[in-house]
Amino acid sequence: MIYEVFRQERKGQAFAHAGSVEAPNEEFAEWYAREEFGRRGESVALWVVPREAVHEIDEFVDELGRNYHRVDGYPLKEKLKQARERAGTSADRRS
Amino acid sequence: MVSTVLRRVSARAEPLLPIADDELILGWRNSEWTGIAPFLEEDVAFSSIAQNEIGHARAIYQLVAEELGTTADELAFDRKPEDYRCSPFVELRLVPDWAKTIARHCLYEDADQRRIQELIEADDPEVAGLAAKIDREEVYHRMHAQMWFERLEDEPQFQEALEELRPLVDQRGEHLPEFEHLWQEMTEVRRSVAGATW
Repeated sequence: MIYEVFRQERKGQAFAHAGSVEAPNEEFAEWYAREEFGRRGESVALWVVPREAVHEIDEFVDELGRNYHRVDGYPLKEKLKQARERAGTSADRRS
Repeated sequence: MVSTVLRRVSARAEPLLPIADDELILGWRNSEWTGIAPFLEEDVAFSSIAQNEIGHARAIYQLVAEELGTTADELAFDRKPEDYRCSPFVELRLVPDWAKTIARHCLYEDADQRRIQELIEADDPEVAGLAAKIDREEVYHRMHAQMWFERLEDEPQFQEALEELRPLVDQRGEHLPEFEHLWQEMTEVRRSVAGATW
């Protein structure tokens, strides 16, 4: 059985994938995970998850190209510049 | 010389030296699996346990070294084979027999737990403190031994190994012939360069 291991570096931080361990059961998996990802003080907590429990999604349909749904689809810089000019507070006039 | 020092072994060292020697020699034997354990995760785990045992030996040697007018390194590496007080049980070279290795691991952790518990209750606060500290690591060794025990307990090979090794657990006395080779290897550097450190 393969178990995926996630580790938290400091309290309050998000868990990040650390690697995986092969083990005959959950108990061994926890022991091995502790040994490989927690023994040197590099983690404050671990999540040990059977690989089958992880659902991977890798299709993200965007047929109509609605780029405003994406963070890179809505550039603010140009719009901000225009707005400043309208308000008479552009960087040029202030300097 | 260490050997003369040991003839007047202190009251504190008397019960502690056999324990430290057991931990050192068992750590050495278990580390013989490094690189060839049944699978990678177990290789890392078992090597780490071996390293812990040697760490426990070091801590105990340090505790008694001052009283004996010596150092941990001298106790670990500069004694004559006959001055080591480890049991033949830990001297057995069990590579490449994993069933026997795990059988010894289970039997040893069980016996060691009782021994450490006695030290935790000792009147000497330094000894009791160190024993408590060691025990906090041993908890994980016992978990590891228990997991393997549950996994192998129905295997005839493992049951035979347990039967074979059980009578040796509390045996003390003459070293096994294979201890000589371990000692040669373990003390080689210090015998070539007196006082070598890392």
